[in-house]
Amino acid sequence: MPHDSHDHPHSLLPSDPALRVKALETLLTDKGLIDPAALDEIIDTYENKVGPQNGARVVARMWTDPAFRSAMLDDPMPKLIEMGLYGRQGEHMVIVENTEDTHNMVVCTLCSCYPWPLLGIPPGWYKSDAYRARAVREPRKVLAEFGVTLDEGVKVRVWDSTAEVRYLVVPRRPVGTEGMSEDELAGLVTRDSMIGCGLAREPGA
Amino acid sequence: MRPEPSFDKPWHALVFALTVHLNERGVFDWPDWADRFGATLKRHGLAKELDGGDDYFNAWLETLEGFLTELGMAGPAELAALKQAWHDAYLATPHGAPVRLS
Repeated sequence: MPHDSHDHPHSLLPSDPALRVKALETLLTDKGLIDPAALDEIIDTYENKVGPQNGARVVARMWTDPAFRSAMLDDPMPKLIEMGLYGRQGEHMVIVENTEDTHNMVVCTLCSCYPWPLLGIPPGWYKSDAYRARAVREPRKVLAEFGVTLDEGVKVRVWDSTAEVRYLVVPRRPVGTEGMSEDELAGLVTRDSMIGCGLAREPGA
Repeated sequence: MRPEPSFDKPWHALVFALTVHLNERGVFDWPDWADRFGATLKRHGLAKELDGGDDYFNAWLETLEGFLTELGMAGPAELAALKQAWHDAYLATPHGAPVRLS
């Protein structure tokens, strides 16, 4: 759409839902039910501070530290708290590890439950009806669309998140990464691989 | 490679933050929220396949409005009046100036 050449006489009118959200914010602020500064803090956290780099740190450490790995598979919460990766929607994490014969994949069929402290806010496709319905029904087809083809013999296990339990997938460590540091390894761990819709990047790829 | 933005639109971020904040203030439990939100998504999804952007946050907003109405914290009439007030304020504010409710 070409932009009008004349100056806007007034501010651009926000969309209908945007005005409804502003109405809610005003009402709740006027009633003293919310603190506007806290809202800014929440938005800043999820826009700038929390993201898949957190999950990638966990995965890289699991790849390199066997004691840490077994503790995480057993009950990740003590270590996550220690690492400062505890918070909203990550109070009860379960870590599932891909192996030679099992590939794990995570969905939330109810809405979009997701491990915020480890992965941030879910991508649009995770929240779409298409993914939510199909991940359970035809996971292999969905994986193929993400460019992941698994050997016939590999079993796919789909984990349905709930408001209480969230999952993180540990992708398989790529071959040829033996000499790499934890930080370098973390750079290979993609968001999609921790949802189980991708694999870790090959070094140099 | 730039990371994808967490929220496509500012109102997505704001309605998200409002909900998280209300939950933290103990206005509602997260599982209660998730149940209601899931039900709205299901209802909206009967008519069309929802995308994970505007469709998703429209369902989110409708759920929050309904939940707060049920809790007696917001009424449809109050919300409609405030929405109209914001609408009018945008139209009455010169482009570039901060928009405020009078």
